[in-house]
Amino acid sequence: MPKDHGIGASSKRREDVRFLTGQGRYTDDINLQGQAYVHFLRSDVAHGVLRSVDTSAAAEMPGVVRIFTGTDFEGVGGVPCGWQVTDRHGEPMQEPAHPILAQGKVRYVGDAIAAVVAETKEQARNAAEAIELDIEELPAVVDMKTAVQEGATKVHDDLTSNLCYDWGFVEENKPAVDAAFEAAAHVTTLELVNNRLSPNPMEPRVAVGDYNPGTDDSTLYTTSQNPHVIRLLMGAFVLGIPEHKLRVVAPDVGGGFGSKIFHYVEEAFCTFAAKACRRPVKWTSSRSEAFITDAHGRDHVTKIELALDADNNFTGIRTDTYANMGAYLSTFAPSVPTWLHGTLMAGNYKTPNIYVNVKAVFTNTVPVDAYRGAGRPEATFQLERVIDKAARELGVDPIELRRQNFITEFPYATPVAVEYDTGDYEGTMTKLLEMIDRDGFEGRRAESEKNGKLRGIGVNCYIEACGIAPSALVGQLGARAGLYESATVRVNATGGLVVMTGSHSHGQGHETSFAQVVADMIGIAEDQVEIVHGDTANTPMGMGTYGSRSIAVGGSAMVRATEKIIAKAKKIAAHLMEASEGDIELKDGQFSVAGTDKSVAWGDVTLAAYVPHNYPLEEIEPGLEETAFYDPNNFTYPAGAYACEVEVDPDTGKVEIMSFAAADDFGNVINPMIVEGQVHGGLAQGIGQALLENVSYDENGQLLSASYMDYTMPRAGDMPMFQVDHSSQTPCTHNPLGVKGCGEAGAIGSPPSVVNAVVDALQRAGHTNVTHIDMPLTPARVWAAMQG
Amino acid sequence: MYNFEFSKPSTIADAVAALSSDEAQALGGGQTLLPTMKQRLAQTDMLVSLTGIGEMQGICVGDDGELCIGGATTHAAVAADGNYPGLASLAGRIGDPAVRNRGTIGGSLANNDPSACYPAAALASGATIKTNARDIAADDYFQGMFDTALEDGEIITEVRFPIPEVSNYQKFVQPASRFALVGVFVAKFADGVRVAVTGASSDGVFRWAEAEAALAADFSKAAVDALAVPSGDMISDLHGTADYRAHLAKVMTGRAVAAAS
Repeated sequence: MPKDHGIGASSKRREDVRFLTGQGRYTDDINLQGQAYVHFLRSDVAHGVLRSVDTSAAAEMPGVVRIFTGTDFEGVGGVPCGWQVTDRHGEPMQEPAHPILAQGKVRYVGDAIAAVVAETKEQARNAAEAIELDIEELPAVVDMKTAVQEGATKVHDDLTSNLCYDWGFVEENKPAVDAAFEAAAHVTTLELVNNRLSPNPMEPRVAVGDYNPGTDDSTLYTTSQNPHVIRLLMGAFVLGIPEHKLRVVAPDVGGGFGSKIFHYVEEAFCTFAAKACRRPVKWTSSRSEAFITDAHGRDHVTKIELALDADNNFTGIRTDTYANMGAYLSTFAPSVPTWLHGTLMAGNYKTPNIYVNVKAVFTNTVPVDAYRGAGRPEATFQLERVIDKAARELGVDPIELRRQNFITEFPYATPVAVEYDTGDYEGTMTKLLEMIDRDGFEGRRAESEKNGKLRGIGVNCYIEACGIAPSALVGQLGARAGLYESATVRVNATGGLVVMTGSHSHGQGHETSFAQVVADMIGIAEDQVEIVHGDTANTPMGMGTYGSRSIAVGGSAMVRATEKIIAKAKKIAAHLMEASEGDIELKDGQFSVAGTDKSVAWGDVTLAAYVPHNYPLEEIEPGLEETAFYDPNNFTYPAGAYACEVEVDPDTGKVEIMSFAAADDFGNVINPMIVEGQVHGGLAQGIGQALLENVSYDENGQLLSASYMDYTMPRAGDMPMFQVDHSSQTPCTHNPLGVKGCGEAGAIGSPPSVVNAVVDALQRAGHTNVTHIDMPLTPARVWAAMQG
Repeated sequence: MYNFEFSKPSTIADAVAALSSDEAQALGGGQTLLPTMKQRLAQTDMLVSLTGIGEMQGICVGDDGELCIGGATTHAAVAADGNYPGLASLAGRIGDPAVRNRGTIGGSLANNDPSACYPAAALASGATIKTNARDIAADDYFQGMFDTALEDGEIITEVRFPIPEVSNYQKFVQPASRFALVGVFVAKFADGVRVAVTGASSDGVFRWAEAEAALAADFSKAAVDALAVPSGDMISDLHGTADYRAHLAKVMTGRAVAAAS
C-alpha cells in the first residue's frame, strides 16, 4: 500500500497550484517604483577590436537616462570564475578578465558593448541603435583544434594562447595506462563529438537592480539557482558591496538546467546601474538574447580508447578531449570537463587503468558551462558508445560485455579519485531487462521490416556523482567555494513551522518534497510545513541547487536542523510531563513517556516554547528555532541502466523512438511522482541532445541556430511513453536520508542508448561501415551515414 | 517593433487606396510579418490589414468547378473545407493551431517563403492568383525565393484552384521550424499530372517536369523510382545538404503518388 503522506508518498506538488494558474511571482513580475529599463547593445561580430563607441547621438534620444560603456567599469572587477584547474604540469589555468561591458575587444556575437538605461524598453532599444560603433573585425576562432595550433589568432591577447589548460588525470597513472594498452588483446577506438546545447529554460533571464540611498542597501532580483552564491560573487568580487549591504532575491524561477547557476554580467550591471542612476534598473532577456548570452552546454570533441584482455575484461581507458570554454570563463566552466567528467570515466566498470586528458580551449563563442548533467553526460556518452563498439568488434553481446565488467563490490575506489559508496548495477540491469522484453525484439524488428523500417535496440548504463559536494575535497580540486548546504527550521507557537533553506527550487518541487521529510520526522501534516527559499535576507547562507544536490545535501541539512528541534522539544515535553528526557518518544506528533499513558501534543510543546510560563528556563532558552549546515563526506552515486528501441526510415533517415525504458537506483525516494517527473524531463533533454538539439556556428562565429526556427527544441510528440522504474534502491551510506538525487540522471543516461539503437538498426540492415553517427542524429545525418 | 500607423479597411478598394503610399505594407494573418517586425528586421510606416474585408473571406465552388478561396481566408478554414481533400490536408498541417487560425492563403502566397506549403499546392494545381488588378497563372506567379509577380500594392483577393482527380501533399519537415524541408504536391488531372516541390530549391517552389511526364504515362510510385531530381539548385544548410534535399524530393514525390486520393 503506497503511503499517502510523508517520506515515500506521491504528494501532489503544492507549488503547481500557483504555477499552473498564473499566480507564480517571477522576476519579470517584479516592477519597482520609478523603474528604468536597460537595453544592451551587443556585438554582431564574433571577434574585433573596439575602436570607438560613440554614444553622443544616442544620449540625446528621447527617454535616455544614461548610457554606460566599458569605460564606466574600468575600476570595477570583472565577473569571476569560481573554479581553478591546475594543468598536468602543475600550472594554474589561464584565466582571462571578463569585464561587465566590453573593453578594447569584442569576443563573441552577443558580447555586451554598451548599455542604455531609459524610461521605457523601446526608448532604450531605439537609443542603442543610435550608438555608433567602430569595430575592426578580426578573424574568428571557432574550431577548437584550429584554435590551439601555433600562430592561431588569440581570443585574449594577454594570454599565451587559446589553451585554458591541458589537464591530465591522473597524470601519474599515464605510464601504467599506456602499458595496459601495450598489453591489450583488443583496443577499440572511437572519435566523437558531444554536441553543443542551448539550455532554453522556459523563463528567460531577468535582473532588477534596486538601490536605497537612505540606507546604502542594494538589492538584486534575479533568475538564479543560487542567490547566496550570486551575492558572494557579485558583492565580494565584482562590485565591492559587503554582504550585509546586499540582498539577492531569486523568487519563482522558471527552469534553469544549470544556466542560472552562473553569475552573469547583466546581474552586476543592473545592481551597479541602480546605484549610479539612483533608480531601479530592469533587464528582461529576449529569447533571441538568451541564445547568445545564456551559457551553452557540452561541446566536447573526444577520442576514446578502450583496452580489453583476451577474456574481454576492460583493462584500460584512455581519452583525449577538447572542451570548449567559449570566449570567457563562466562561473564553473573549468570544473565541468575536468572534475565532473574525468572522475566519472570509470563508469559502472572495474577498469584498473584510466587516463583522461582534457584541453580546454577559448573560442569566439558564447561561454560554455554546466548544463543538466554537466560533464557526466559527456563521460557516459563516450564510455557507453565505445563499449558498444567494442562489443560489435568482438562479436559479443553488448549487455553481457557490460555485465562481465560491472563493479560488484562496494565501497569501490575508482582509479579516477572517487569512491563509490554503494550500488547494484546488476540489479538495475536485471530490472531493465524485465521491462523491455528483449527476447521479443526479433519479432518487433521483423514487424518493422514489413513496414519498410529498420529497427534497432540500444542499451547503456550510467553512473553519476551527485550530492555535490564534500567541501574539503572540492577545495583540493580547485573549487573556490564550499559546497555544503544549510537549513533553518523555525517552529511557530502553534506548531506550524517554516524551513528556510539555502537550496533553491526552480521547478523541482522542493516545496512539496522537503515538507514531506520534515512533516514525517515530526509526525505532523505536510501542510503544517512551509518551505522558504530564494532570498538571502531570510535564508541561511547556502550554495543553491544544481548537481542533483538538493535532497542529498540540502535535505540532509534540513534533517539535521529538525533533529535539533526534536531534541529540544523533547526536553520541553519532559518538563511538561515531569519525566526524564531519555524516556520521551515522539510519534505522530505526540510526545509520550515510554511505558506510561502520559502524552503531550506537538502543539502544546511548541506553545510552551514561546509562552514559557511552565518551562525549564534555567536549562534551555525559550523559542524553537534551529539551524544546521551539512557538508557531505562523499558524493552520491546514482546509477542505472537504460534501453531504447528505434525505427529508422531508410528512405529519409528519420529516427522514431518506439520505446524507452529507464531503470534507476536513486537510493531512497522521498516522492516517487516527483522523481518520475524529474526522470521524464531528463530523458526528454537527453533524447533532445541525441536526436534534435544542436548549437551551430559558422566559420565566422555567427550563430546559425539563433532561434527556434533553427534550434530544434524537443516537443512532446518527439517522445515515446517512458517506462521508468526506481525500485532498485541501494540507499546512500553517508547521508541521513539515504538519498542520492535524481535531477540529472535522465539527461546523463539517455543519449548513448539512442545512438546505440540507431547504429544497431543500421548495422542490422547491412550498413556495417556505420560504427558511429555524431549527435544530433538528424534525418539528414542518418541518411548521409547510410549513403556510404 | 518600430511604431507604425494601422489601418483596417473593409473593402478591396479602400485597401488598394491605403496601400498606394510607398511606405504602406499589407498585413494578412501576420504570421511572418509580425515576428519579423518585432525583431526590427522589417519596418513600415503604415500597416494595412486585409482581414476586415468581407469580399476576401470564404470558400466556394465556382460554376467552372474550381475552388475559390478568398485571399484573407485562414488556413484553418481551408483545412475544414471538404471540396479539395489534398489542399485541405495541406492547410491542416501548416504550422500549429494558432498559425492556422491567423495565417491566410493570400499572405502565404504573397510572401512566397521558399519553405511554405501553399506555393506547392497552387503550382501543382495550376491555380489562378486573382488580384485587385488581374489574374495571374501560378506558372507565371512564382518568380523565386520571396519573389512573385505581384506589383507593389497589389492584393491577392482570391485564389482559384482547379480540383484534380486525385492529389496528395507530402511534407518532410525541417525539424526545428516544422516548415517543409521538402514538400511535394502531386495533382492528377484528366489531361495530365503536375508535381510541385517546395522547401528544396534556392529558386523557391518549382515543377518537376520529368516526374510529371513519367507520371502522366504511368501514375505509380515505380514511375518515379528511376528518376532523379538534379541537386544543382537545391538549398544546402544546417538541416540538410543539396543532395539530401534532391533525394527527399524524389522520395516525397513517390509517397505522394502512392497516397494520392
